[in-house]
Amino acid sequence: MIKVRVRFMLAALAASVAFCQAAAADPSAENGKTEFVKNGCWQCHGFQGQGSVATSGGRVIADTQLPFEAFKAYVRNPTGAMPPFRAAMVSDSALADIYAYLESRPKPKAAKDIPLLNGLSSK
Amino acid sequence: MNKDSKGKKDSAPKLDRRRFLAAAAVAGAAGSVKPAEAAPSTGVQTPPRVPSALPPNEHVAAAETDVPDVPPYSTEHARPGSDFMVDVIKSLDIKYSPSNPASSYRALHESLIDYGKNTMPEFLTCTHEEVGVGIAHGYYKIANKPLMTTCHGTVGLMHATMNIYNAFCDHAPVIVFAGNDMDAAYRPPGVPTIHSAQDINAIVRDFTKWDDTPVSAQHFAQSVVRAYQIATTAPCAPVVISVDDGLAQEPIRDYGQALYIPKFVPAAPPAGEQGAVREAARLLANAEHPVIVADRAVNTQKGMNLLVQLAELLQAPLVRQRARLNFPTTHPLGRPAAVIAQADVILGLELTDYWDTVNKYTDNNREGIGSIGTRVKPGTKLISIGAQSLLTKSNYQGFERFQSVDVPITGDVEATLPALIEAVKAAIPDSRKDAMTKRGQAIMEAHGKAREATRQLAAIAWDASPISTARLCMELYAQIKDFDWSMVPSSGNVSGWPTRLWPMDKCYQFTGTSGGYGVGWGAPASVGGALANRDEGRFSVSIQSDGDLMYAPGALWTAARHKIPLLAVMHNNRGYHQEVMHVQRLANFRNRSPNIGNDMAPIGTSIMNPDIEYHKLAESMGWWAKGPIKDPADLGPALKEAVAVVKSGQPALLNVWTQPR
Repeated sequence: MIKVRVRFMLAALAASVAFCQAAAADPSAENGKTEFVKNGCWQCHGFQGQGSVATSGGRVIADTQLPFEAFKAYVRNPTGAMPPFRAAMVSDSALADIYAYLESRPKPKAAKDIPLLNGLSSK
Repeated sequence: MNKDSKGKKDSAPKLDRRRFLAAAAVAGAAGSVKPAEAAPSTGVQTPPRVPSALPPNEHVAAAETDVPDVPPYSTEHARPGSDFMVDVIKSLDIKYSPSNPASSYRALHESLIDYGKNTMPEFLTCTHEEVGVGIAHGYYKIANKPLMTTCHGTVGLMHATMNIYNAFCDHAPVIVFAGNDMDAAYRPPGVPTIHSAQDINAIVRDFTKWDDTPVSAQHFAQSVVRAYQIATTAPCAPVVISVDDGLAQEPIRDYGQALYIPKFVPAAPPAGEQGAVREAARLLANAEHPVIVADRAVNTQKGMNLLVQLAELLQAPLVRQRARLNFPTTHPLGRPAAVIAQADVILGLELTDYWDTVNKYTDNNREGIGSIGTRVKPGTKLISIGAQSLLTKSNYQGFERFQSVDVPITGDVEATLPALIEAVKAAIPDSRKDAMTKRGQAIMEAHGKAREATRQLAAIAWDASPISTARLCMELYAQIKDFDWSMVPSSGNVSGWPTRLWPMDKCYQFTGTSGGYGVGWGAPASVGGALANRDEGRFSVSIQSDGDLMYAPGALWTAARHKIPLLAVMHNNRGYHQEVMHVQRLANFRNRSPNIGNDMAPIGTSIMNPDIEYHKLAESMGWWAKGPIKDPADLGPALKEAVAVVKSGQPALLNVWTQPR
């Protein structure tokens, strides 16, 4: 009975590791969008990660330049006004998907190519 | 709604109330039982009574025993007190009275519209007392002149309180009249008595600058003119005068002296003491990195010009906080708050929160108690000019944390700036002039780069749906930029894009926040601002948040009813977004995911399921409206349509689904 249980646990562990590797290797931007909304990231960062001077100190996380590990480390233990999102709230896998979602955000046009922005005085 | 609670009271009393009461008292005394008749003899000798007062002389005796000469009440022979009250009000040049009608001031109401012919002031019908005060506040922020509003006894003034508090915090004068019926022996029983109070002004005394309870027509005249002067002298703030309905209904009493209305003369505002101003100038003129921070500083174009003059004289960066425009957004000396970190001298002009300007509170502790840091270098000298200390009361905490300042100057900013400018001119050493010029050039260069960076930030999520707040603001600006436009006081929290991107150099183009941050202010204040702009022929636009509108949506009806043109563009993020973030934050501190139910945000913070169709709400109250607009490509064309409606003199609302901030 004990052997059966150990075999089952090893199999489950192997499956879990395989799943995590798959998740890490192939994060889903689509699922990341769901996780981004579900976990409330949009509240301060906007649905596109564009940020706000009012809620993210003006920081933009769309197309973030942070490597994933640095991104994850900050989300888990932020140093500024952002509250922490620990693993009990957002799994590593979900975080990888969120990262993929942010990476997939379209690059903004240059302001000079947007007529409504280009017409402004730069004084 | 049946608000009229006066059914039991004779609307045409036959007697002057006070004379009636005096007569009744005399009759009561005359009818009292004589002790000798009332008490049977016991056979016990009692000493003779010693009079407790001297016997009355002939004149007093006659006054106490004669039957009063009480003429029957007649509008043919005597003016009601409320007509005189209207004369007093008219002497103050008050243009509008946005108010909700109420029986407790029915006499004044009738006199305003009939005797006063509904002009100066014109009665604007409001659906809530909070709307009346909000309109008056918004009007002041644009016109720099106060309005009056009249509230029902007790319950009506209670409705008004939140926006009175906003006005108090924002240093905005509003002349509030509170209906009341003081005479417990005469007022109708039931509801009118429930709506009366011994000291009705106590409801708002903690957040008004002054109040009074006049008990005669002459007293009313003195109190109202005094109240107006107090309210409009810096620091400006709301005042309250209770209107006794008995006094207003009765014929004016003859005291043997002609009634008069005191002349209103504006008081000179308090200006900073000269010695302190010279010391401030010395510090500023000799600083390496002086920084000017302006908040509730400037109410007039003249004041803005003075501030520009000071900044240019010092070649110092100026940080605009949110209570007023203060400084042109296009001026190259305008800089973000981050420059405070470099300052060796800071001049704070009427700052709502000096402490938070130089200290940093971060709400990031697990227990929900934030951490505190500093925003300034050690040794930075602090100067303040402001009149807030002349308005401070104890209970409500609008005075914020105490900040020790090296040179605190009590005085109105606009009144003090001319002396400060002259003192700075005299204090600048010749040896520093080159360095100051170079400093100014560096600031201007940084300003240009920052503006370019801001434009690029606005480009992010440009095509997103819901629509980004940057796109919302720029689509809007594109439609109004060729008009003489004014962004009226409103509630939308759109990451400050208008003041970051729109060129603004007139003080009415942006007039800042509510003061007390009480939600429910934006809609009525925007209508009040649009009212002031209507009279100047300006185009008014507001950014109206969803949560705010649902507190006092009746403000929309007042705008339609009184033909106040206003383009309201909604920042509809379908939630009480500040609270969305607060609950999320607390859940994070506690390491658990908040329960969002079937919404996107923590239970209790979303305004969805069902979504409110604000465009239909506005349509139902006489507005042209359209929505919900979710695709940014649809926004420009919808704005064009709405602008045409507003140009025709009607209000228009676009319900736009937006990003959260």
